[in-house]
Amino acid sequence: MTQVIICEDGENMTAMLSGEIDHHWAAILREQIDERVRAASPKTLTLDFSGVTFMDSSGIGLILGRHRLINSLGGIVVVQKAPREIQRMLSLAEIESKE
Amino acid sequence: MKPINTVKFTFPSRSVNEGFARSAVAAFAAQADPTLDQLADIKTAVSEAVTNCIVHAYRDTIGLIAVTVSFYEENELRIIVADKGCGIEDVQQAMQPLFTTGGEERAGLGFAVMESFMDQIKVSSKPGRGTRVTLVKKLGSR
Ligand SMILES: Nc1ncnc2c1ncn2[C@@H]1O[C@H](COP(=O)(O)OP(=O)(O)OP(=O)(O)O)[C@@H](O)[C@H]1O
Ligand SMILES: [Mg+2]
Repeated sequence: MTQVIICEDGENMTAMLSGEIDHHWAAILREQIDERVRAASPKTLTLDFSGVTFMDSSGIGLILGRHRLINSLGGIVVVQKAPREIQRMLSLAEIESKE
Repeated sequence: MKPINTVKFTFPSRSVNEGFARSAVAAFAAQADPTLDQLADIKTAVSEAVTNCIVHAYRDTIGLIAVTVSFYEENELRIIVADKGCGIEDVQQAMQPLFTTGGEERAGLGFAVMESFMDQIKVSSKPGRGTRVTLVKKLGSR
């Protein structure tokens, strides 16, 4: 099942994504993340992909869209722990995933 | 050229069907002895093509999407994703990486992904009539 668990630690917010991220699920994840981001205006939003089993370009759109939102609030987005299969998709968009 | 085996399925352009479409194609492809990486590539490419029908071809309506998967000699898999939606004015431009008419939440990478994850892609489209994307991949570890 696709879901996101969001934790806050001071000015840092981490969104633990899991399951399949396609256009259908990206829309649902986006709403859940943006609601929390708008409420807390975090300095850093970390998107953790370690539990993601499938992702198409809608996942790239999800990252870029959060990047825009967070930038407009004065923060940054960090992408981390993408499994190998998802790294291929990220590299097409020249997005780096940290360990 | 006649396929060894073929299936066709049609479904309405509701986003909840994206997962079904890519899984159905992957289940059919399993007979060609694909590697896990090849299966993942196929699922991703199908997801891109089907999503384009849903978000672009039938932007403000619900229409039918037809997926045909065929298995040919020499372990060749061919997938056709067809819609009767708005069509594409300029296919060459649409296929450029980062080109999108989809707004803020789209990366414009769908065609680039299909090109890089499959061996061959062909797009034919008529404005007002619809679009047909053909994806080809040789399977098996040999
Ligand atoms: N089936 C289709 N019907 C009509 N227009 C299409 C279709 N598929 C693609 N297009 C057009 O081609 C453009 C590029 O498609 P592509 O999949 O590369 O990017 P995208 O869908 O805009 O973004 P992404 O796939 O990264 O979410 C689309 O923005 C749209 O204008
Ligand atoms: Mg697309």
